[in-house]
Amino acid sequence: MQNVYLDYSATTPTDPEVLAVMTPYFTEVFGNPSSVYSLAAKSRAAIEKARGQVATAIGAKPDEIFFTSSGTEADNWALKGTFEKLRSKGNHIITTKIEHHAILHTTDYLEKTDGAAITYLPVDSEGKISIEDLKAATTDKTILVSVMFANNEIGTIQPVKAIGEFCREKGILFHTDAVQAAAQIPVDVGYLKIDMMSLSAHKMYGPKGTGVFYLRSGVKLENFVHGGGQEKGRRASTENIAGIVGMGDAIERMKARQPQYQANLIRLRDRLIDGVMKSVPHTKLNGAVGSERLPNNTNFSFIGIEGETLLLDLDSKGISASTGSACTSGSLDPSHVLMAIGLSHELAHGSLRMTLGHGTTDEHVDYVLSVLPEIVAKRRSMSPVWEDFLKKNGGK
Amino acid sequence: MALDYSAKVMDHFSNPRNVGEIENPDGLGEAGNPQCGDIMKIYLKVDDKAPQGPIIEDVKFKTFGCASAIASSSMATEMIKGKTVDEAWKMTNVAVAEALDGLPPIKMHCSVLAEEAIHKAINDYRGKRGLEVIPIKEHEHEAV
Repeated sequence: MQNVYLDYSATTPTDPEVLAVMTPYFTEVFGNPSSVYSLAAKSRAAIEKARGQVATAIGAKPDEIFFTSSGTEADNWALKGTFEKLRSKGNHIITTKIEHHAILHTTDYLEKTDGAAITYLPVDSEGKISIEDLKAATTDKTILVSVMFANNEIGTIQPVKAIGEFCREKGILFHTDAVQAAAQIPVDVGYLKIDMMSLSAHKMYGPKGTGVFYLRSGVKLENFVHGGGQEKGRRASTENIAGIVGMGDAIERMKARQPQYQANLIRLRDRLIDGVMKSVPHTKLNGAVGSERLPNNTNFSFIGIEGETLLLDLDSKGISASTGSACTSGSLDPSHVLMAIGLSHELAHGSLRMTLGHGTTDEHVDYVLSVLPEIVAKRRSMSPVWEDFLKKNGGK
Repeated sequence: MALDYSAKVMDHFSNPRNVGEIENPDGLGEAGNPQCGDIMKIYLKVDDKAPQGPIIEDVKFKTFGCASAIASSSMATEMIKGKTVDEAWKMTNVAVAEALDGLPPIKMHCSVLAEEAIHKAINDYRGKRGLEVIPIKEHEHEAV
C-alpha cells in the first residue's frame, strides 16, 4: 500500500539536512549559552547565527527576533504582552472569527479574566476580512489588531499589507500569526508594516518545540515568560539550542527554494482541486481560489458524509489527511472556520483538508484521485443526509 | 489508529451489516440531528405471525455520522435481527457498546443514538398496529 502524507499544515517532517545541522548541539556543543567558557560561546554563536537567518528570511533585524517554544507561545506573548503594557491606554483588541485557537482562546482568557473587549471580525464566503469592517471596528480604545496571515484550514490569505498600513497610520499595533503563511509564501515585515509576528519551525521542515516571535524595534511589550536573563531579558529559560539552530537552518533553506517549491505546490494543488471537483459530484471547494490561497492547501466539503469516516477510509488506503468535523475535535461543533465562511452544519461536518508539501508528487495526487471518489460514493450510499439531498435535487 | 477504536468498531465501520432501506417498512425511526453531525435511520420489517410474538424479520439502517455511529448502527441492527419486538426494545446502548468491545467516552452518544432510533422505529410499528406508543427519552446531545 502507498503511504501518502497530506497533512503538511498539521506538521512537517524535519528535513534530514536540518536534523544533521542540529545534531551536534545535543551532544557536542551543548554548553549553556549563559556560561563563560568557550563551549558556551559556541552555543551563543549558534543562536546568533540562527537569529540572523530568521531575520534575513522575513526582512527584520536580528535584534527583533526572539526564540520561543512554539507559535502558540508567540501568539500568547503578542496578545497578553500588549494588553498588559497598554491596558491603561485602552482595552480593545480586534481579531477575526477564523483565528487559530492559540489566538481565540487567549482573547477569551483576556476577556474573561482581565476585562479586555474583543471584536471578532467576520469573514466573507472565501474567508477574507474586509478592511472596511476593520476600520469600522476601530475605536480610540483599540490597542491591537491581530489577524492571521493565512488560514490553517482553508488557506485563505488575508489582505495583510492593507491591514498593516491602516494600523501603522492609526498608531495601533498589528500582530499576525504567520505560522502557516511563512512556511509557504514570502513574508516581509517591513514591507507589510507588521509590528509582531508568530512563526513555528515544525511547519517548515524544522523541529517541533521551537517558534519565533518577531517584535519590531521600539514596540514596548510586557514579557511573557519570566525567569533568567535569556533573549536580552525578554524571554526566560535556557535556550533550546538545537531547536533554534534547526529553526534558523530550516527557514534559510525554505527561503532559498521558495520560488520553485511554491510553483510546484501550486501546480499539484490545482491538479488535486480540479481532479476532486471533476471526479466527485456535489463537492464544494472551501476557501479562496488562485493566488489568494496558500500554495499547499486544499479543503473540500462533500454533502452527505461526515469527515471522520473519510479520514478513516483514506487512512485504510494509506492516505493521511484532516477534517473540520466535530467528531475528531472532541467537541460537538464543527470547525469555527467553516462555520464562519457560512457553511451549513452538514457541509462543515463533511469537510476534508489535504495539505501538500515537499514529499508530494504527481503520483500521490493520481492515487488520491483514484481512491477518493469510490470512498465518497460508498459512504454516501449509506447516508440519510445524502438521500434527502438527492430527493431535493430530483435524484441527481 | 486515530481515536483508538477497537478492532470490532473498525470491522463494523469498514464492513457495515444491514445497510440500506426497506420499502414500506413496518417501523421507521430516526434519531440525531445534522448540527451534531449524526443522523441514524432504522427500518424494520416485522413478522406478526411468529409463534413467540412479533419478531424483527429484517432490519436496515442508513447513518450519517462518524465511524462509531456507523459501527453502532451496524452492531445494533445485528443484535435485534430475529429477536422479538419486545426483546429488541430491551437492547440498551451499553449492550451495543459492549458488543463493540467499547467506544471511546466521547463517542458513547453514538450508541445512545442507535438505541433511540430503534425505540422510535418500534414505536412507529406499534402505532401502526394500534398499540400504545411507549414514551421514550429524546437523546440529547451534550458534551461528554
